[in-house]
Amino acid sequence: METVLAANNLSIGYPDKKQEAVIAHDINLNLKKGALIALIGANGIGKSTLLRTLTGIQPPIKGIIQLNGINLTQHNPKELAQNLSVVLTEKLPPSNLTVYELIALGRQPYTNWLGSLTEEDKLQVSRALQLTQLEHLANKKYYEISDGQLQRVLIARALAQDTPFIVLDEPTTHLDLLHKVSLLRLLKKLTQETDKCILYSTHDLDLALQLSSEIIVMTQQEVIQDSPANLISNKVFDRLFNDDSITFDAEKGGFTVKE
Amino acid sequence: MLYTKRYTLIFILLGISLVALFLVNISLGSVSIPLKEVFNSLIGKGASKSAWEYIIINYRLPKALTAIIVGIGLSISGLLMQTLFRNPLAGPSVLGLSSGASLMVAIVILGAGIVPAVGTFFSSSYGLVLASTFGSLLVLLAVLLVAQRLKDTMAILIVGLMFGSFAGAIVGVLSYFSNAEQLQKYTFWALGSLGNLSWENISILWGASLLGLAIAVTCIKPLNAMLLGERYAKSLGINFSQTRFIIILATSIITGCITAFTGPISFIGIAVPHIVKLLFKTSSHLVLFWATLLAGAAIMLICDTVTQWPGSSFVLPINGITSIIGAPIVIWLLFRKKKGVFS
Repeated sequence: METVLAANNLSIGYPDKKQEAVIAHDINLNLKKGALIALIGANGIGKSTLLRTLTGIQPPIKGIIQLNGINLTQHNPKELAQNLSVVLTEKLPPSNLTVYELIALGRQPYTNWLGSLTEEDKLQVSRALQLTQLEHLANKKYYEISDGQLQRVLIARALAQDTPFIVLDEPTTHLDLLHKVSLLRLLKKLTQETDKCILYSTHDLDLALQLSSEIIVMTQQEVIQDSPANLISNKVFDRLFNDDSITFDAEKGGFTVKE
Repeated sequence: MLYTKRYTLIFILLGISLVALFLVNISLGSVSIPLKEVFNSLIGKGASKSAWEYIIINYRLPKALTAIIVGIGLSISGLLMQTLFRNPLAGPSVLGLSSGASLMVAIVILGAGIVPAVGTFFSSSYGLVLASTFGSLLVLLAVLLVAQRLKDTMAILIVGLMFGSFAGAIVGVLSYFSNAEQLQKYTFWALGSLGNLSWENISILWGASLLGLAIAVTCIKPLNAMLLGERYAKSLGINFSQTRFIIILATSIITGCITAFTGPISFIGIAVPHIVKLLFKTSSHLVLFWATLLAGAAIMLICDTVTQWPGSSFVLPINGITSIIGAPIVIWLLFRKKKGVFS
């Protein structure tokens, strides 16, 4: 399968004049077309920093990230926007945008200087609406719909941006179990139907194990990318939290807490 | 664009009322001139009384044109600031440009007692324009410098507000030490005036404002991306800091120039974008920009018409009227604030 994003010998962190604050090093990733990949790690381990680095918001300290065969730092902003789209956790600022208009904003990297939509743009927007089953909400204001629906709208916006790589920052955080499952199912369906590569960070390991094709695990020592089955048999999840009272139950596919 | 028909209708209505308000504005004043005569002298056929034509060409038309560009400029600046700072109460004054102008004018008028020679030179009406231009320009440069140095957009907002309080405090101290005549002169300037501009001044005002507006038009697309917040805007390929710089530059040129020639006119910049957003129920700047432009001109013409109450020779200060009309609107908007409507 074709590689969408590759990271070689990557070090991430915040370059400081006095000392380099390296958060993680020797990261090697290979994210392929049609894969749904979960990023797992304890709070404060550097998941956000890794996502920020992979989306080009902050430069790597060492190593190269290649997106679609081109060095990430050499993409110009518009090219990057045509190759990478994001879904963030932060709240949207108040506005009167409708669901349709919000999704259509995803077409900005392709539209003219005024941002007017061509037939092709409209086609892509209705395709995104259809894939996320949001057609009936198209004319609603984005603040009139539920959190779960809004999350799908934001995913539709990323789909309309028509990029081979989509990154989601903790998309399941504010949702209940039912909506978490349906959201991950949707992501899985999208990777299968559109052949996109989707990377998302999450704390729901049990769901990630069942629904992702691969998982990137960040621990204090290392960053490992592998299939859920291999990660379980290599006992990687035992090292996820630096705490003896939390152990991974391989049969259950989740954690148990020692009293 | 699903509401295109509704938009077209409101746009046509706005356009018609703008033309009507323009003619009514010129026709009304201490001497009422029939609309037909106004129309005739505007298209160059000449009015039946030469006095009417003189009044129209030398007083009413310049004032109406000033009102139009002031209304357009301040309203568009307000719209730009509200989207850039993602703050519904932002307006052209948040960058501190009018405070800068006020401070300079206060120094010239109120400080005249301390350095008499400077005072007499600048006390002429032309000197006041010069002083407030200089004041706006100084703050403009400071704001642009701050905008380049500070990565956080909200920090720019705070810097602007801080500068406003700073300038206000200095003006307060200066007025404490000045005499009644100087205070009155400063108060008159601070109340704003759309009249008394020469044709030369009006062409400078229009030229600079149109330049600022032209710069602002190039930001319509990135402004729409900014509706999703800074990070999404960046992910859509928008060069955020460059766009922010351009928006601040456009606003500074427009507000700086308007404040220099007409004094600090308040509330138009905050109120008009909100009225337009309520009217059109959209956030698309492709619609909002042109709607704000028309509505700004129309509302400023209404305010100006009210100041010269028909048949009376008494002229109210323009800033009093804009605030008296604008403040209740902003309060009313706060009361009917619903999720998302306020943006």
